[in-house]
Order: sequence, then C-alpha cells, then structure tokens
Amino acid sequence: MPIEFTLNGKAQRVNVAPNMPLLWVLRDTLGMTGTKFGCGMALCGACTVHINGEAVRSCVTPVSNVAGKQVVTIEGLSEDRSHPVQRAWIELDVPQCGYCQSGQIMSAAALLAKNSQPSDAEIDDAMRGNICRCGTYHRIRLAIHRAARLKDPQAESAKARAGGAELLPTAEFAAQGGGK
Amino acid sequence: MSGRESQPINRRSFLKRGTLGTTGLLIGFYLPELRQAHAADSVASNSAASGGSVTLNAWIHVSADDTVTIFIDKSEMGQSVLTGLAMIAADELECDWQKVRTEFAPADKVYFNPQFGAQGTGASTATRTSWEPLRKAGAAARMMLLQAAAQKWGVEPSECRAEKGAILHAPTGRRASYGSVAQAAGKIPVPQEIPLKDPRAFRIIGKPTRRLDTPDKVNGRAEFGIDVRRENMLYAVVARCPVFGGQVASFDASKAKAIPGVKHVLQISSGVAVVADNTWTAMEGRRALDVKWDEGPNAGVTSDTIRKLFAERASRPGHIARKDGDPEAQIKRAVRKIEAVYEVPFLAHATMEPQNCTADVSAERCDVWAPTQNQTNAQKTAADITGLDPSKVFVHTTFLGGGFGRRFESDYVSDAVEASKAVGKPVKVTWSREDDIQHDFYRTASYARFTGGLDADGWPTVWMNRIACPSIMARFGPLKDNFDARSVEICDAVPYAIPNILVDYQLAEAGIPVGFWRSVGASQNGFFLESFIDEIAAEGNKEPYELRRRLLRNAPRHLRVLETAAEKAGWGTPAPAGRFRGIAVVSSYFGYVAQVVEISVDRTKRSLNVHRVVCALDCGRVVNPSSIDAQVKSSVVYGL
Repeated sequence: MPIEFTLNGKAQRVNVAPNMPLLWVLRDTLGMTGTKFGCGMALCGACTVHINGEAVRSCVTPVSNVAGKQVVTIEGLSEDRSHPVQRAWIELDVPQCGYCQSGQIMSAAALLAKNSQPSDAEIDDAMRGNICRCGTYHRIRLAIHRAARLKDPQAESAKARAGGAELLPTAEFAAQGGGK
Repeated sequence: MSGRESQPINRRSFLKRGTLGTTGLLIGFYLPELRQAHAADSVASNSAASGGSVTLNAWIHVSADDTVTIFIDKSEMGQSVLTGLAMIAADELECDWQKVRTEFAPADKVYFNPQFGAQGTGASTATRTSWEPLRKAGAAARMMLLQAAAQKWGVEPSECRAEKGAILHAPTGRRASYGSVAQAAGKIPVPQEIPLKDPRAFRIIGKPTRRLDTPDKVNGRAEFGIDVRRENMLYAVVARCPVFGGQVASFDASKAKAIPGVKHVLQISSGVAVVADNTWTAMEGRRALDVKWDEGPNAGVTSDTIRKLFAERASRPGHIARKDGDPEAQIKRAVRKIEAVYEVPFLAHATMEPQNCTADVSAERCDVWAPTQNQTNAQKTAADITGLDPSKVFVHTTFLGGGFGRRFESDYVSDAVEASKAVGKPVKVTWSREDDIQHDFYRTASYARFTGGLDADGWPTVWMNRIACPSIMARFGPLKDNFDARSVEICDAVPYAIPNILVDYQLAEAGIPVGFWRSVGASQNGFFLESFIDEIAAEGNKEPYELRRRLLRNAPRHLRVLETAAEKAGWGTPAPAGRFRGIAVVSSYFGYVAQVVEISVDRTKRSLNVHRVVCALDCGRVVNPSSIDAQVKSSVVYGL
C-alpha cells in the first residue's frame, strides 16, 4: 500500500515498508539528504522536520505516521534561503561543520512559529534536544533572537541588542565587498 | 568530463614548469588527474569545457566568466579552513572576493601537508602550512594574469596593476578582467621569483569574513559524506565484534537475507556487512544476523583491569622525557612534599556525522567519497584492497560533519571499498551512532602521578611527573625505548620556572584502540599540569594567579594571555556570592590560552555549574577573526 503525504507543499507517494522511519524514506528513497542521521533514537535532533507544523524527530517516526500529513524538511523551508531563520543563520554565520544545522534550523523555525519573541530560557528549552558537537550554541541563540527581529522588525528583544557577536562581519565590511 | 585533449594547457607545457621552490607549487603535471578526479558537474570541469578558462596552478582556476575557483586541499570539518585558505590565496591574487568559489581538491602529492608527508588535515597545521604556499599560488597566478594582459596590450607589465579581479593599465585607462586573460595567462611561464605583499596591505586576511560554506549549510545543500548518492548504489552496515581485536567465528545470514531488500551478507575485515537497498533495511538485516565472535585476547579487559595496569606501570620509573637539575636528590631536601594522582577516561570523538564512506570499485578504477581528514591514507587503503595503483584511486573529499581527529583514520574507507569490491556496485557504508561510539580510536585514558617539593617559603623547587597510558604512535611503527612523545605532550614542556623537573613515561597498552583527538595529548595533559600547579599553590599557601605569574617569568606568551584573562575576568575582585573562580594557562600547537572560569557548586545535586568563562588566546596572526571567535567558544563548549 503506497503511503501518501504532502512533502514541502507537493503531493508525495512512497511505496515502502510502513514501519520504515521517515528519515530514511527522505534520505534514501527520495534522495533528500538535507535531513541528517545522527543517532536514530531521537537523542540528537539532527533529523528534525516539521509534521503539521510541529518539530518532530524523523528518525523515530514510522512513515505510516505521516500519511495524509504535511511534512516540511530543510529543503522546503524556503526556496531561496529567505526564511527569517535561514537569513539570521547566514547573517550571524552560525554553522561550523554544519551537520546538525538542518535540525537546529527546523527546531528554531518551529519555535518562532509559536513564540515570536522567545526569551533565552524559552530558546534553551525549545532547542534542548538539538545537539551541536561544534558548540555553536552561542550563535544559535543570538540568531534566533535575530530571526525574531527579522520576522517582526518592531520587536527587537533586549537579548538581541546585548550583542556578543562583535567579531562577526559588519555591514560596512560587506558593503566594501569584503564579505559574502 | 573534459578529456585530456580539451585541457586548456597541454600536459607537456606543464611538465616543463616543474616545481617552484620547496613550497609545493607544482604546476600542471597533475592537471589531467585533477580534472579526472573531479566529478563531471564540478565548477572547474564545466568551465574548462566551456573554453577560455584555465587552471593556473594546483590551487587556482580562473574561468572565462571571471569566477575564481580555489581548490581547498584541507578538510572542512567546521574549523572554517575552507574560507580561511580561500582568503589567504585571494588576498595575494587580488581577485574579487564575490567571485570566489571553492572546490575540495582530489588526493594528490601536490597537496601533501609538509608536516605529515601526506595529504591530511590535523595537528593544527592547516593554516600554518598553507600560509606560504597559498600566498605564493595567489601571487603567481596574479603575476601571470598581469603579464598576459600586458602582452595583449603591448605594454610594460610594470605599468599594470591588479585590482579586484582585473588588470588595469593606468596610462591608457585600459582594463581586462581576469576571465578575459585567463587563457593567455595559462601560457605564461610560472614566475620564479614571487614577491609577496607587505602584510599591512592585506585586504582580506585579518578581516572578519563570512564563511563561504554557510549558505549551503542552511538549506541542506552542503554534501557530507553520508549524503553521497551514486547510480545503482547499495547501502551497507557492518556488524563488528563487541570486543576490540575480536573476529568473526561464524555467522548465519539466513534470517537477514529473508528480509525484503537485503541484497548481500558478506564477511569483510571489520566484521559482517549487510548490503541492502536502503540504510534502514541494512540495519534491520544486521539485527537479524546471528554472528558468533571469537573475542580474542582482550575479552577479559575491563575498566578495572585497565586502571590497575596504569597504576602498576606508574609505580615504576619510565622513559625520561625531560630532566632539569637533580630532582631525585632535591626532593629529599624539600621542606614540604606533595603528591597527587589524576586519571582521565577514554573518550569517543562522537562526530555529529557518524562514520561513513561510499566506494565504487571496478577493474580499472576506484572512486571513494569520504568525509576524511586523511586523503593519502584513504587512497592507500583503497589501493591496497583493490590492488589498483594509487593513481587509479580517486578520493572525493566531502564536507565533514565534525572530525576532531577521528577522520584521520580510514577504517570506514576499507568497509566501503571491501563491500563495493565484493558486490560490484557502488556501496555506501553508514555506521550507526552505537557503532561510532563503540568502535572509535579513542582519546586515550591516562594516569598521571605528580610529586612536588617546596622550599621553606612555599615555592616549588621540584616537579616530578610520570604519565602512564597507551600510545597512539605505536600503531604506526615500533616505538624507540617504549616512548611516545605524544603521550607526554606539553607535560614535558612545563613552562614554570622550577629548578628540578623530571617527566617520564610508562607505556601501558590497554587493548583499547587510541587515536588523535582535538589537541591530542594536551587535551588531558593540560588538565594534569594546571591542576597540580594549583595544588602546589595551595600547599605553599600562595595565590594561584600570583604563583603562576612569578613562575612564568621565562614564558612571555603564557604570561601575557594569563594576565589578559585575569584582568578581563576581574581576578582579584570578589566573586559573586556562592561563586568561585579558577584560572589556568596552557600552550599547545603554537597557541597560548588562558581561561578564568566562574563556577558554583550544587552540593545536593553534587554538580558544578559553569557561569562564565573568560578566555584569552594568542594564536599568532589571525586570518579570520570571526572564525577565531567561533572556534574559541566552540572549544570551551567542547571542553565542558
């Protein structure tokens, strides 16, 4: 029995074992490798996708569970890196190795969809399940505040203004063509 | 893919060029291989095929459309080396940074790291060893482009200058973009004298610069090893013996093979590989395997036996790594004596991306796609397994989802190459997280014994330190006198002015594989050193910062970072209620770091909370301050 769901806005039908985790359907069956395998036990967050708007660990989600649902992966967050979280991630140069970042971004996007101005504590709570072995947590937190401001320019949070990213590329430098 | 005939520069003209100095700027001879080694869809191949573009040397390719491709011969595992190396080359090249693209270089002798005699990324050498060759590569390419433009215009090269991706001739106001003269530049002889910029004229080096790889890391496009897909590719996982050094005794694959999608079950050198049409099915197949293991000589090894071994070894004198003065005699004269033992456990690297590799073996060639820190060894590993000449093994380096030294190994490469060779199709081997943690080459456990002697005023006069632990280097060849300098790394370089010092090493092989790790020996030895100097301070009733300052009088770079960290952290002012501060300073791999950490202790939970870390770093010249900021914060988190 094929399983049907909506993937990044398009109808998707797959003919796989119903207990196959969504992660492997995405990666191996559909060739969408932006969603990462980290642990297979919902412990690291690298495989995070949105199912009906909720951040979910695809490595422990049988594909049969998403029948009839809306699945969004990192590839579908925006077509052109224009999602506020992606823009903030680029602006603050968050990734290092980058392997966990699809999951980090998907968790952050789900958080901001529900809470447009999260506090540090709310960010820490929502992002707790996403491990970054490089330790990019400082910039992740700053970038979530920044993304909140990009979504709603009127509401810059106190934390975002507090900075901590003074070594990051400045707008001035970018304008000189030195940044990218 | 473009063939040899279509190369913009023919092979013979490259051969004439030879090498430039000792920096490895070997031009052209490697170009055909370079082309072959790159996928058909690579930037450079496309542009080469489109005509008018040229690879000016092993690192720099200029396309007719003015795109500059810089080949990155080091592995990008988060440390931002891709951007940093591009910055170094681009600064001398005087190209337009907005037009810079990068590609990972293939495995080739031209890219050997002079520190290793192999192509590899580790030991904090990437930027240091690339600094001069990449500046020269950029400068040489710029000179060739300038010469080509001058020839085209019939003017003196001295009247021309390079600026932002173009050659300018001020007297006539003429301008030629790099792309427009790239092909002609390829015919210019490589300059023998390559003057480099005055560092004060750097435009890119030293400026905070956004990483070139960030855009592809926010939308899932960056290709890690685990993301590689080839036509007709199969997916494999390997069942490995739970005891290190054990082997397959026998196995029953009938249940595994009964699972739809499981294609092959085969024994390879690391265990039993289950090959299927997707990763999950391969994992299911592995669960259904029945393997009997011959656990081998390490079956009886436990944490307890290892600890006893270390303690026993540490009770005997070892190979002397450093001796100043007469510590054995002076310890007997010490007014006060203090002893301490520190132990640290084995640690798994736990890169976010589990180990993996994709290989495609045929009779004529072998392609390996790997998130590797060690291209030369990956190539050699595949050549040994396939029997092919290394020149027929093409290593395609992907992004690495973390490295930390784990990916200096090639065990995942042999898994994939053996499996592909056996089944005759491309095979991707993926390790599960459990495989990754259980079958690492661990940061070694280590046991450190210290004895300190103090004079009547409480100042240290004797420092004796014995390390007992397994050796990493013993894996690569017999040790002389059972001594591995890596094991005592930085312990043998105690920076403190103490007149009598003895540091010795006892090899203690535990039956657990050990390997390189971020900062290697310094990762545990820094902790040992700085803990014991604190205990000496306490024993002598000295303030720990002041004691260090006084004893670092012959170590100016240590002293400077120590003083900077202390000042920025407000050392000497009262800590907030319930909080405590500690200070430490360590140097390894030419970097000098001091930290002040502010903690509180939760006695009911028996836990420490870290509230603030102030870090001062002297790493010499900074290429990209934004990357340094990221790396320092990252290292603090990694250490915690």
